[in-house]
Amino acid sequence: MDAMVEQGPEGSFVLGKVDDLLNLARKNSLWYMLFGTACCAIELMQTGGPRSDADRFGMVFRATPRQSDTLILAGTITYKMASRIRLLYEQMAEPKYVIAMGSCANTGGLFQESYAVVNGGDLFLPVDVYIPGCPPRSESLIEGLMLIQQKIEKEPWLKKAWTNTKNPKDPQIEGLL
Amino acid sequence: MNALADFIINSLGLSGLSAELVMLLLVVAVAAAVFGIGMTISGLLTLAERRVAGRIQSRIGPNRVGPFGLLQWLVDGLKLIMKEDVVPHDADPHMFRMAPYLVVVGVFAAFASLPFGQLLIASDLNVGILYLLAITSLVTVGVLMSGWASNNKWSMIGGIRAAAQIVSYEIPTALSVASIILISGTLSMQGIINEQGGWPWQWYIFYNPFTFAVFFLYFTAALAEGNRIPFDLPEAESELVSGYNTEYSGMRFAGFFLAEFANIYLMSAIATTLFFGGWQIPGVTPEQQAGSLVLQITGMVVFMSKSAVGCFVVIWIRWTLPRLRIDQLMSLCYKYLIPLSFVCLGGNAIYLLIFPKPSSANTLVHMITTLFGGVLIVIFVTRVMYHHRISGVSLDLNFLARGEKGKYNPETQVRAYGSFRKKYEKKQGAK
Repeated sequence: MDAMVEQGPEGSFVLGKVDDLLNLARKNSLWYMLFGTACCAIELMQTGGPRSDADRFGMVFRATPRQSDTLILAGTITYKMASRIRLLYEQMAEPKYVIAMGSCANTGGLFQESYAVVNGGDLFLPVDVYIPGCPPRSESLIEGLMLIQQKIEKEPWLKKAWTNTKNPKDPQIEGLL
Repeated sequence: MNALADFIINSLGLSGLSAELVMLLLVVAVAAAVFGIGMTISGLLTLAERRVAGRIQSRIGPNRVGPFGLLQWLVDGLKLIMKEDVVPHDADPHMFRMAPYLVVVGVFAAFASLPFGQLLIASDLNVGILYLLAITSLVTVGVLMSGWASNNKWSMIGGIRAAAQIVSYEIPTALSVASIILISGTLSMQGIINEQGGWPWQWYIFYNPFTFAVFFLYFTAALAEGNRIPFDLPEAESELVSGYNTEYSGMRFAGFFLAEFANIYLMSAIATTLFFGGWQIPGVTPEQQAGSLVLQITGMVVFMSKSAVGCFVVIWIRWTLPRLRIDQLMSLCYKYLIPLSFVCLGGNAIYLLIFPKPSSANTLVHMITTLFGGVLIVIFVTRVMYHHRISGVSLDLNFLARGEKGKYNPETQVRAYGSFRKKYEKKQGAK
């Protein structure tokens, strides 16, 4: 916002693109989906609590995918759950973002060698932000959400850049879907 | 509005078709203004809800967009317009698209006969309160339609619950309103306010003990009609994903959302009109108010503050109480609220039979009821203060921002005054 303020001879004024205004609106109203697959969901709940109040930034949880902007992969993803998560992601309305929260959602983490665990959410979803930690503290999750805000700031919304996102396809998961 | 139209048409010296055209333009302008005011009020209420929720849960609430987060509702609205408008593949597309319009029209059309001030009313219908009860029934149709057309089991359960609930709770609402109509003798909103006065003992809530009970009946029934906690079964988040609006995204969801909050303001404004004297200023008669611009604005401020208190109570209840089960909800309506409303209606009728005209005995009853209400409020406040005192927690919520650690201390939990302290010291002495 401060970058848009210009100094003129008779005082300062704000000069910006329409995209800037639209992105300002989008980044300050980033509703996340109330969905967790394992223990990281406890930290996800804590993020909405008093110590790290996500509502300060306009981030509230919605229970339904249709009304949420961000899907937070909170916890270990099994192959059985992956197809459900993909379904939830596809039910979300564009523009939508994905955060991989914690080691399991990033790489499979502690359960990487298991026959049942997907080695990272980016094998079947276009992940925007990876948050390390097992589990990440709520401060880290807030930082991850702020990285999404920074990403939104740079997007040319009027050109609909988000229609170009391609879903990565993991053959093993595609077989299950 | 008719007075304004006559003034404009007469001062321009118009007649015939051009007068009709001016009238039409004026109707459109007033409708747009009323819709805008309604949208602004409901938008600000969404922000108020989040801020109050934050305070109740010892959080802060939205504070990044504008001063104190005052522009958060605009930002949310802008984002929801930009979101994709999803229509599920198996949904009934026309009904699915139409349902939010019905809900929005049903709620915002009611704003047309809300008396914001003595002259600030879009249309002072002579059947005003009946119109309000009738037009808000469109919400039922819209909600049921949205639940059915979504082709989703959560939505359908939500929609059917909403229909059952709103239709059931129309009866106690209408019966409570009938009690007030019995006293005022008019259905017009301005007429009902004119019959009351500025001071609390002139309000209809303190008219007699029956109207005092009727207010609480009305408030409970209106809460249920507006789908608010503890009666928010149609959109119960823990049972149905988001209820009847589960499948809605983008601006269509915003329509439902704004309509819900406009409904809160609507029920508070109706309660203000029927029970709390509307825009009447204490010590000023309506005739005096009609002539002065300052008094007009003061009257509007009085009306807005009374309804703001009502809105706050609704939000406060939402973040305090748990949800009822559907059978408890229905038995509350049919076993308790409807019989009680009938008792109050009959009681009011008998009261009016005994004291048909304003008399000193009548004033005495008003005074005693006012005193009773005042004593109830004083008892409530002292109880809250007592529990606040013995909990030993200070109402300071910004200690984290100042970098201090939590102030929890088991000793201060029992740091107490009066009898509680004596009990505590006795217990300590026994050890």
